Amino acid sequence: MPRLLTATLAGSLLLATGGAFAATAYVSNEKDNNLSVIDLDSLTVTATLPVGKRPRGLALSRDNTLLYICASDSDSVQVMDLATRQIIKDLPSGADPEQFALHPNDRWLYISNEDDALVTVVDTQSSQVLAQIDVGVEPEGMAVSPDGKWAINTSETTNMLHWIDTATQTLVDNTLVDQRPRHVEFNHDGSQLWASAEIGGTVSVVDVATRKIVKTLRFEIKGVHPDKVQPVGVKLTRDGKYAFVALGPANHVAVVDAKTFEVLDYLLVGRRVWHMAFNPDESLLLATNGISGDVSVIDVKALKVTKSIKVGRYPWGVVVTP
Amino acid sequence: MNAYWECLRGIVLREWLRFVLQRSRFLSALVRPLLWLLVFAAGFRAALGIAIIAPYDTYITYETYIVPGLACMILLFNGMQGSLSMVYDREMGSMRVLLTSPLPRAFLLAAKLLATALVSLLQVYAFLAIAWLYGVQPPAWGLLAALPALLLAALLLSALGLLLSNGIRQLENFAGVMNFVIFPLFFLSSALYPLWKMRESSEWLYWLCALNPFSHAVELVRFALYERFNPLAFAVCLGLTALFALLAVLSFNPQHAALRKAG
Repeated sequence: MPRLLTATLAGSLLLATGGAFAATAYVSNEKDNNLSVIDLDSLTVTATLPVGKRPRGLALSRDNTLLYICASDSDSVQVMDLATRQIIKDLPSGADPEQFALHPNDRWLYISNEDDALVTVVDTQSSQVLAQIDVGVEPEGMAVSPDGKWAINTSETTNMLHWIDTATQTLVDNTLVDQRPRHVEFNHDGSQLWASAEIGGTVSVVDVATRKIVKTLRFEIKGVHPDKVQPVGVKLTRDGKYAFVALGPANHVAVVDAKTFEVLDYLLVGRRVWHMAFNPDESLLLATNGISGDVSVIDVKALKVTKSIKVGRYPWGVVVTP
Repeated sequence: MNAYWECLRGIVLREWLRFVLQRSRFLSALVRPLLWLLVFAAGFRAALGIAIIAPYDTYITYETYIVPGLACMILLFNGMQGSLSMVYDREMGSMRVLLTSPLPRAFLLAAKLLATALVSLLQVYAFLAIAWLYGVQPPAWGLLAALPALLLAALLLSALGLLLSNGIRQLENFAGVMNFVIFPLFFLSSALYPLWKMRESSEWLYWLCALNPFSHAVELVRFALYERFNPLAFAVCLGLTALFALLAVLSFNPQHAALRKAG
């Protein structure tokens, strides 16, 4: 009874202070062909929305009203209106889209087509394909720099970062990184690019101005076999303090000091942790755990995992709207 | 009333003095669970992070899992050690001095139980403090909420120890108690492995563990440490404490040692 009372009190306090910031997370469930919607106040799943086959990468429009969904086995990028939660159109994405990134102009969507060694650029408004750019074998990760100048693609088999000049939509340079690069992420001011290498077990920090690797991060977790350390998702805080690296089947998220590149801690999450997203004020970080089928919630200030929320089968991507 | 208080104070004080004076006993009570935590659990660190079980909200390391079990291990050993001291007291005669008190025997024994339990709690919190520094950090309120749970668990195990001591004729039999009581109670419980893990290996092992009173003591403490209440564990612990205490009082026979010497 006292516990119930405390919970009620704490709940009403939360409502009074935090209610205005109720954020919502959308998680793509790769094997269930749907999205789980999580209310970040109560940390519970409030809805499940059916989408195309094998949903993986997710991205939001600048104003957070549209959600782009890579429906890999439907060979399309779906656009969901978040006000009505209906799919309003399908964009021509090329075959097997997995990850993508939206240009700051809110129109150009850079999509990696894993099977065709291509990056497809689609105009989200006119639904026209603007360009198809040849890249390395098995393109996967995608990122566009905050200033919109660069689109970066990673190819899993060629082990390269491909630098695409967005003004001409052409490939201008490559940077060799460790084996099987899965994901790239720019830091907030766009001066650095963080690229994870799944098989190499490393994260390369690349200086954008010189396109050279300035630091290679390695990870070592007590009691976990080194082969299982497979970095995938990377997220950096806006204040430049931390980088979080999801280590796949190692079931841990690494916390890295983004200034000194020192690994500070490893946080235990569910099985095969994949991609991550912050809530709007970056007090929480959500991480999808593919095999255990849940999303772990990390308290960014305390650097502790506070809860794991059951979602669908094989959660893959996650985005958060305010 | 005053006499009762005086007597309780005397018994608690005696137990306290014995605890303070035997520093090696305090250390050994701490070393045992710490060995489990720092050596044994470290080896199994990654073995458990594959399922979420109540009262935890997320995945935990093995170290985190076994801390409540190790806290109860301290209570278990102390409860049994209490029974040892009872045998000792009977043989050396100090128990007979105590029993010359005009107060009811039930009260004397209850006071003895409480004294053992209080001393155990000190050791448990010393252990929890070290575990905290090692990185096993339950919520602060949980540490407070665990106090009544630990007290009840301590009383349960002391009552069991007291009951057993009535059946032990002499000091040397204590090794038998270790083998036949402490080890099965500890290993066939949820202290080291969650019950679903037990069930994976064998159904009857699972049921042995689920019926073991020590499992309920561990779960009561585990839930309390994470600010939850486990009604089943609470009911079992409360009921069995009352039962064991009652049986201990009824079967208590201060004449044991004297008779044996006479005979």
